[in-house]
Amino acid sequence: MKQTTFTIEQNKELAANAYEMVLAGDTSAITRPGQFVNISLPGRYLRRPISVCDCEPGRLTLIYKVLGEGTEQMTHMHPGTELDVLTGLGNGFDTSRAGKYPLIIGGGIGIPPLYWLAKDLIGDGRIERCMNVVLGFNTASEIFFMEEFLDLGCSVTVTTVDGSYGIKGYVTTPVNELTYTEYYACGPMPMLKAVKKALTGRGQLSLEERMGCGFGACMGCSIKTKDGYKRVCKDGPVFDKEELPW
Amino acid sequence: MVDLCTTLCGIELDNPVIPASGTFGYGREFADLYDINMLGTFSFKGTTKDPRFGNPTPRIAETSSGMLNAVGLQNPGVDKVISEELPALAKVFHKPVMANVSGFSVEDYVYTCEKLDKEPQVGWLEVNISCPNVHGGGMSFGTDPKAAAEVTAAVKKVTTKPVIMKLTPNVTDIVSVATACEDAGADGISLINTLLGMRIDLKTRRPLLANNTGGLSGPAVFPVALRMVWQVAKAVKIPVVGMGGVSTAKDVIEMMMAGACAVEVGAANLVDPFACRKIIEALPAEMEKLGIERLSDIIGAAL
Repeated sequence: MKQTTFTIEQNKELAANAYEMVLAGDTSAITRPGQFVNISLPGRYLRRPISVCDCEPGRLTLIYKVLGEGTEQMTHMHPGTELDVLTGLGNGFDTSRAGKYPLIIGGGIGIPPLYWLAKDLIGDGRIERCMNVVLGFNTASEIFFMEEFLDLGCSVTVTTVDGSYGIKGYVTTPVNELTYTEYYACGPMPMLKAVKKALTGRGQLSLEERMGCGFGACMGCSIKTKDGYKRVCKDGPVFDKEELPW
Repeated sequence: MVDLCTTLCGIELDNPVIPASGTFGYGREFADLYDINMLGTFSFKGTTKDPRFGNPTPRIAETSSGMLNAVGLQNPGVDKVISEELPALAKVFHKPVMANVSGFSVEDYVYTCEKLDKEPQVGWLEVNISCPNVHGGGMSFGTDPKAAAEVTAAVKKVTTKPVIMKLTPNVTDIVSVATACEDAGADGISLINTLLGMRIDLKTRRPLLANNTGGLSGPAVFPVALRMVWQVAKAVKIPVVGMGGVSTAKDVIEMMMAGACAVEVGAANLVDPFACRKIIEALPAEMEKLGIERLSDIIGAAL
């Protein structure tokens, strides 16, 4: 973990309620896809934990959804603004277990960390076939990053709850037809539970929980696992499916 | 050169800054970030007889200049603290540590304190009779002077280490609880624990915290804490440890002027993991500005 100052380079709306923020600063503590950063906002006491969507030396991309006053405040921030950021938080995905044809499953604002994961897995050169990516949204206007996954060379399937784009329904509809060596999933809790139930193979799930500190000190985000109590922020947010009791 | 030293119940501290229980774990997370030996000491996570998961989530909510928590004393239990946490701590922290103890009955407190009393690195027992987030026990001991005295006297019988009673601000007369503890043999008083509060989600029309209510901490509570430290310091002869919303070197000095001989820093550690290091580093310059040569000289200056 590192505490550093980042400068906003870009902050724009991507889709309904979803914004992309590009930041410049010291990214050296960010080592794995699936990690997150914790941002201090002027006038707000607690930091805002946001997953890393993409990262290269000196440059960080975040995608956030407007959910409350803090994220609303973020939408009004201009390029040049400096932010106090804790970086390199959380364990991140284990890419060594991906195998030859991993499957990526994302729901809504759970999708961003999977983009860097996909990029990393493909860049690794070990993937043997076109990587399957399933993205779930509520409705067509909320779709983001489909093109970016296509540009990586992924085979992308989109589902929408209202059927306004792609397959009508949830991500669990198409995933049953796909074969995979390891699945990686991130999204809302009901989606993660449904995915875990639907898929019998190996997998890793990235969880979300309301956090206090984001680095393991306050016990605000604890969950029960088969292996005892774990902190989503420090022991997670990525958990092996076998660890999760539900 | 200014002098930051202070003494807490006969044990000398290099400086008065003590990370508060529940915001510093058992030290591990922070030892990875900076040399925690620069601290006066720290108060480890509230430890109970049996392991506890605590309350359901969400356990955290934001407020103006502060936060609510309803963690509910999650901890691995005293046996695991002794077998795993303290040996790990001894490798990175070479000073006496403050052992924070909680319980649900007088017997619980006695059991846990008796075990921790045998640990050489434990310098003080900070007995938490003030947790607002558990049902039965916790705060109920700290809201009744008689019950507070009963816990104090029972714990004193099983330890030779200084016993510091940690008080809740959720009372009408803090002085009566503090003096009851003093009369029952307490070696020190620490205060304040969090103030009971709540938030409601406007969209769902439900409390934000799964526990409905939680403890308020952060800069929002500092003036309340300062007032209570001042009231208690005026009334007792034993040392007082001040805490509640302390975030800066100036806050530390203000708490000491109110009568605290040492100062705990809580929520600030959660929003800035380097908060205590920054406070300690900022103290000399603040003292020089105020013409303070020895920090211990200003203890109780405002009484």
